[in-house]
Amino acid sequence: MDNELAIVARGLRKAYGKNVAVAGVDLEVRRGEVFALLGPNGAGKTTTVEILEGYRRRDAGEVSVLDSDPAAPAASWRNRIGIVLQGVGEFDELSVSELVHHFAGFYADADDPEKVIARVGLAGKARARTHTLSGGQKRRLDVALGIIGRPELLFLDEPTTGFDPEARREFWQLIRDLAAAGTTIVLTTHYLDEAEALADRVGVIAGGRLIEVAAPEHLGNRQQAQATVSWRTPEGLTESTESATPTELVTELATRFGGEVPGLTVTRPTLEDIYLKMIGHR
Amino acid sequence: MTTTLKPATAARAAGHQPGPLALALRQGRLELTQFLRSRESVVFTMGFPVVMILIFAAVFDGEIAPGVSYPQYFITGMIATGLMTVSFQNLGIWIPIERDRGVLKRYRGTPMPKWVYFAGKVIMVVVISVVETALLLAVSVAVFDLQLPGTATKWLTFGWVSVLGITACTLCGIAVSSLARTSRSGSAVVTPIALVLQFTSGVFFVFTELPSWMQQVAALFPLKWMCQGLRSVFLPGAFAGQEPGGSYELGRVALVLAAWCVIGLLLCLGTFRWTTRRDG
Ligand SMILES: Nc1ncnc2c1ncn2[C@@H]1O[C@H](COP(=O)(O)OP(=O)(O)OP(=O)(O)O)[C@@H](O)[C@H]1O
Ligand SMILES: [Mg+2]
Repeated sequence: MDNELAIVARGLRKAYGKNVAVAGVDLEVRRGEVFALLGPNGAGKTTTVEILEGYRRRDAGEVSVLDSDPAAPAASWRNRIGIVLQGVGEFDELSVSELVHHFAGFYADADDPEKVIARVGLAGKARARTHTLSGGQKRRLDVALGIIGRPELLFLDEPTTGFDPEARREFWQLIRDLAAAGTTIVLTTHYLDEAEALADRVGVIAGGRLIEVAAPEHLGNRQQAQATVSWRTPEGLTESTESATPTELVTELATRFGGEVPGLTVTRPTLEDIYLKMIGHR
Repeated sequence: MTTTLKPATAARAAGHQPGPLALALRQGRLELTQFLRSRESVVFTMGFPVVMILIFAAVFDGEIAPGVSYPQYFITGMIATGLMTVSFQNLGIWIPIERDRGVLKRYRGTPMPKWVYFAGKVIMVVVISVVETALLLAVSVAVFDLQLPGTATKWLTFGWVSVLGITACTLCGIAVSSLARTSRSGSAVVTPIALVLQFTSGVFFVFTELPSWMQQVAALFPLKWMCQGLRSVFLPGAFAGQEPGGSYELGRVALVLAAWCVIGLLLCLGTFRWTTRRDG
């Protein structure tokens, strides 16, 4: 397929009564890209993603996902996408292995269920009934069901909620492997480190609008942001200055203090600082 | 961690996507597994009609017509009720729970054709119906001297009345499942409907002894006709004279049940929801 874009959305809108959940989102996701949607609670992430997945109807706008309109997809379209929903769907009475095997049967090109179970770190729980799993283990099962069909395009809505730090790292590796194999990935998250670690580009959404799309290191002009230099004055007060040329300022301070500058720190805004500033200014 | 590249798909381990029949059978097996593992639904679905028969037949054991005892009459009604419980009530209660839990939403996210879900339910309902009816017949023959049908024609009637009845009730069960807004309201919707039908369709009381307006209302719904069809199988031919129409009216039984199949199907197609309102 010569279309370089896995997802194109223009003027996407969705309102619930008077509450406009998505207010005109334009979005492009390239094939093979890892795209993260970041935004506060109620920003419209799930609504946007579920429109792209074909679950929710849009009020207005044009959408193309793998060259199909998700509201009326081609027959084989669902074979090519994988979905990890924000809310879990519980099949109480089945085991992990039974469920993954069953879902594998729905896809034309399913992966090996045992391999997928091992890949999400549930090999030791393959025979356990799903209702006996812990919260994080249930989430891993969701991921397994999302990738069992070897999707070209994988949606993950807050996939790592409830993961312990080790599981999170393992999950990151899984996403990197999938991306390396050519899978396009759209994920939402509240964890800035996750977006920074995984995403090629990050879209920040707030109040139903996409307020910026950029590579994590460029978000909010981060690379051009001024550094903050702080030090202690001889009177014992802390003084701070924002500077585009912190080295120059530090050299000057060193001369002023005749050597060591007391309490010297030079900081640049973290992704979190930038992000909070972006969504706070609304 | 292993990385599998897309072009390597030819060498993958899992088999091809199953054909339609295999998909339906797999789904049916999954549904049955889930049913059998939820112990309370097995006990209640299977046990309820048997317990009802034991109680009612022990309390009321007089003759209602020459050669026809109340237990015999009641048992045919309970066979019909059992079929309705397994299909209508079972689905009307379970589907809202599955919808609420997001199970249906999960299925919608896969390439599974929609009809496979329904086929799975139908297979489950048919298997449970057969087992449950066999259990009921065994108890009735052993304890209440019920006569099994003596001719091939009667077995045939037994077959088609059951199949049409189960089909109609299954479709209606799927249709009413969309009335329930939450998992908890499923049984609130379905149980009163089922109970009222049982009382007005001649399960507990001899149908012709009911007020005639009640008979006319009941005649609009499938259960009355299922009971009547099954009476033609299990009660003597002479008892037909006691029926409201003076005969078992098998033609009309077929017609009404078939009509309900069509109505149920249209309702299903028109109203079925895969997600709850909360899912936007
Ligand atoms: N089914 C629904 N019915 C009514 N309003 C809804 C529905 N789903 C979402 N909304 C509203 O739309 C807005 C966006 O919700 P959405 O779930 O998309 O947010 P989100 O960014 O995914 O939030 P979170 O980070 O908490 O998951 C919210 O104001 C929410 O109340
Ligand atoms: Mg959300």
